[in-house]
Amino acid sequence: MTTLFTSDHEWIRIEGDVATIGVTDYAQSQLGDVVFVELPKVGRSLKKAEAAAVVESVKAASDVYAPISGEVIEVNEALAAEPALVNSDAGGKAWFFKLKIADKSELGGLMDEAAYKAHTA
Amino acid sequence: MLASDKSSLKRTPLHALHVARGGKMVPFAGYEMPVQFPAGVLKEHLHTRSAVGLFDVSHMGQLVLRPKSGRVEDAALALERLVPQDIVAVAPGRQRYAQFTNEDGGILDDLMVANFGDHLFLVVNAACKAEDEAHLRAHLSDSCVIDALSDRALIALQGPKVESALARLGADVTAMKFMDAGPRKVAGFDCFVSRSGYTGEDGFEISVPAAQAEALVTMLLQNPDVLPIGLGARDSLRLEAGLCLYGHDIDTTTTPVEGALEWSVQKSRRSGGARAGGFPGADKILSQFEKGAARRRVGLRAEGRAPVREGALLFADAVSSEAIGTVTSGGFGPSLNAPVAMGYLPTALAKNGTQVFAEVRGQRLPLQVAPMPFVPNTYKR
Repeated sequence: MTTLFTSDHEWIRIEGDVATIGVTDYAQSQLGDVVFVELPKVGRSLKKAEAAAVVESVKAASDVYAPISGEVIEVNEALAAEPALVNSDAGGKAWFFKLKIADKSELGGLMDEAAYKAHTA
Repeated sequence: MLASDKSSLKRTPLHALHVARGGKMVPFAGYEMPVQFPAGVLKEHLHTRSAVGLFDVSHMGQLVLRPKSGRVEDAALALERLVPQDIVAVAPGRQRYAQFTNEDGGILDDLMVANFGDHLFLVVNAACKAEDEAHLRAHLSDSCVIDALSDRALIALQGPKVESALARLGADVTAMKFMDAGPRKVAGFDCFVSRSGYTGEDGFEISVPAAQAEALVTMLLQNPDVLPIGLGARDSLRLEAGLCLYGHDIDTTTTPVEGALEWSVQKSRRSGGARAGGFPGADKILSQFEKGAARRRVGLRAEGRAPVREGALLFADAVSSEAIGTVTSGGFGPSLNAPVAMGYLPTALAKNGTQVFAEVRGQRLPLQVAPMPFVPNTYKR
C-alpha cells in the first residue's frame, strides 16, 4: 500500500488496481469547517485532473480533482451525511471516492509524503 | 491580489491586535482585515449567536454633518435631498437606516444616520466612503460642514451577552433601545455608541478614538464571553439576518423598492407625504411604490444541502434555458445548519413558497422563496 499526493492537496492510496482518494489534512486546515461535500457518481469515468468532487466551507467551494484517470467504483456516502469528517479525519474516515486505476503510469507524476511535506512547508 | 500590493493596503488601529490573535489577514475595501481567527468561521458565527462577537469595522466611514445654522433640522433637511428617508423625524439620540440614491433610483450606498443633538453622525460602507464624502460635499456644502472622522476606530459588539460585557467596563448602556445612539463613556473613553449592528443579534457599535481602540478592545477581550470575529462570520451572520451587503444585494442598478427596502422609506417621503420626493431618482422610486417593480430581492432556502452562492443563475423550472434572476449572496447558514441565499426574481415569482431552481455546477437545484430574516432577530426594542 502506497500513499501519494498531488500539488492540489489530494491524497491517493494505492491498493492493487484500486486507488482511494481524499484531501489532505493541510487542505482541510486551509478550507476551515466543511459543511458540504459533493461526490462523483459511481460508474463515472474520470480523466486525470478532472474536477471530481466538491468540498465547501461556510465561505467557499473548492474542487477536488482526480489525481489519475479511472472509473469511480465507490464513494463515501458517510461524508454527505457528516461533512465535518473532513476536518476531523481527512486522511482516514473522510476518504472521498475509489477509482479503478486506468493507467498506472500516471502515478509517476505524483509526490511521495516527503515531497508533499516539502510542498506545503 | 499580489503580495507586493499589501503595502498599499490601509490598516485599522486594531491591526496589531488582530495579528497577535492569529487573524488571517486579507485585502478588503482597501484595508488589510481579518477574514477569520483561529476558531474559524463556523465557531465564530455560533459564538456570536450564543455569547458576544467583537468585530473591527474601523474600515467603515464615519462622517459628521454639522449644520451651518446650528439647527440640526437644517442638516436633516439637507440630507433628505440625497436619501429617500425621513431624517427630520430622527429624534436626538436616535439612529435610522438610509440609502443614498442616484438619478436612476439606484443605490449609491447604504448608511446609518444618527441625530447627536446638534449634528448628524453617519456611518457608511468602506468601499464607498470617499465617494460618499465627495457626494455630501458636492450637494450639502451650502448648508452643512462635512467632516470625515479618520481618527476613530469602530467596533461592533454583537450577541446575547453584550449588555453584561459592556457593564463590566462601566458602560451605561442598559437603558438604550435598538437604534438609540449618542455619545457615551465606555471604560472611561469618549465613545459614540449605538444599539445596532449587522448580525440580527442585540448589540452595539462603538466609535472610539483611534488612540484608545486597542486598550478598549483588549479590555473587552479579557472577558471569555467575548471573541474576535472575522469578515467571514460577519458575512454569514448578516446573511442569516437577511441584511443586504452593498455592492452585492443592492447597488446602483437596484432601487430601494426592488431591494425590498420599502420599510426603510417613511410615508412622509412617499407620494402624498409631507415632504414627498425631493431625493435623486424620486420619480422612479415613487412610481415603483405605486405600480410595483419588475423584480424584487427575495430570500431563498435550498431543499438540499448544497450551498448556492453569489452569481448562481435562477430559473423558473428544471429545464428552461432562460435565466429569470441571479443569486446576489449565498452560502451556508451555521445557525440554521442549512444553505441560505438571497437574490432577485421577477416580482410575480417573489412570493414566499414559490419554487425556483439555481444552476450550480451544471445541475439545477430546487430552492424556495422564503421570508427573511432566516434567523429571527433579537433586537432590544
